[in-house]
Amino acid sequence: MDFKNRDIISINDFSKEELLYILKVVKQMELKPNSNLLKGKILATLFFEPSTRTRLSFTSSMKQLSGQVIGFSNSNITSTQKGESLWDTIKMIQQYADVIVIRHPLEGSARLAAEAAAIPVINGGDGSNQHPTQTILDMYTIQKTKGKLEGLNVGFVGDLKYGRTVHSLVMALSHFNPTFYFIAPDELQIPENYLDELFQKKIKYFKTSDLNRFSKEIDVLYVTRIQKERFPDPVEYEKFKDVYKIDEAFLQHVKKDLKIMHPLPRVGEIDKSVDNTPHAAYFEQAANGIPVRKALLALVLGKIK
Amino acid sequence: MAKHKKGKKRGKGSDRIRAKKVDPSAPPVEKKKELSISAIKEGTVLDHIPGDATFKVAEILNVDHHNGTVSIAANLQSKSMGKKGIIKIEGKFLTQDEVNKIAIVAPDATVNIIKNYEVKEKIKVKSPDVVDNVVRCSNPVCMTNNEHINTKFYVVKKDPLKIRCHYCERYMGKDDLEIV
Repeated sequence: MDFKNRDIISINDFSKEELLYILKVVKQMELKPNSNLLKGKILATLFFEPSTRTRLSFTSSMKQLSGQVIGFSNSNITSTQKGESLWDTIKMIQQYADVIVIRHPLEGSARLAAEAAAIPVINGGDGSNQHPTQTILDMYTIQKTKGKLEGLNVGFVGDLKYGRTVHSLVMALSHFNPTFYFIAPDELQIPENYLDELFQKKIKYFKTSDLNRFSKEIDVLYVTRIQKERFPDPVEYEKFKDVYKIDEAFLQHVKKDLKIMHPLPRVGEIDKSVDNTPHAAYFEQAANGIPVRKALLALVLGKIK
Repeated sequence: MAKHKKGKKRGKGSDRIRAKKVDPSAPPVEKKKELSISAIKEGTVLDHIPGDATFKVAEILNVDHHNGTVSIAANLQSKSMGKKGIIKIEGKFLTQDEVNKIAIVAPDATVNIIKNYEVKEKIKVKSPDVVDNVVRCSNPVCMTNNEHINTKFYVVKKDPLKIRCHYCERYMGKDDLEIV
């Protein structure tokens, strides 16, 4: 499978076979990274909005493979401030680098960047739309902690309406015959479009607002933050912010081998007391960002086939 | 040039609107009168446009910028459709590509090319899989609404219409359609 020059824009662009192949390369990267693999290559990180984990893990991944990094993390200092279009910015930057990672607040920005660039573009998050490298590391974490991706009972809890990580992971896992449990207040439930797709793919799912209702059936619980910035009315946010709490009391009623994941940052939805239990997989999940990003950089630069 | 749109003030008799019997053999109680607009000598007649899509079709076809006569009739009674619209464009022969553009709002429209008052060709509306630069994305934070680029949508479902933006991946339905 050849990923050379391929753009990584949306998880929906990848088939099941391609996703499994990427995960195989991630494992290879984790076990036996070749520290000179990307020597002589330059990554441009274009962060038009703030990010810590994604930008730093891409930078670290590139450097660990002996590549170099240029870029910015504050679009106020670029020509965008002078009114330059994204198209023109990309046309220029592609002359300076071998691969681009972009994070931009507008949805579809990464797709446009990929159309403008002759070099591969990786989406580091385009508004609330896609964040495919996060989805791949979520999948890798599930595969690693559960030993498989097929046939799992996966629960999602928190803000399922706006959470892009939830939407992308639901779509990616739908290749693997899962059963989904969507746990959220009605106001923050998963959008109907996704349920339509699951229905068409004949995937079983349950919707509930009760965290405990399916706790004994779930293999992986993906917890998300209730995002304050999504609520126009602060009173509404206050109503929902502490609606679900994963704590030791909750863990009394779960499967022994339940794994709890979270894309981080967490606010109050997972109690610190959970961190030291065998259920906590969220820090390992964050650490998996490095082999995942190494693998993707090496693949799109044609250094691994 | 005369353009007639519903709701616009029109001079009396500027249209030859006539009543005709739809089905002379039907029982008297079921007889309905259907309004029609004047025949054209050369051009294109679009019929069986869904009642709520007539002006969207006119917008997609950009009839505002046509120099010949354009007659638009909306909310006509139709036996099969309930309400329908008709658009007649004098002096313009639509091409298959132009006809396909209306497919997302009027997939079952009939398009007749008229020459010397007679139907010379019937063009079938073909529903495309991709809609290029016809409608605007309803998502205000979509890249297409913030930078000067063409829109592109994939037709996910034809009935009821569901399309997905190539850029922001949001879904839109019939009610969200706004013409570029």
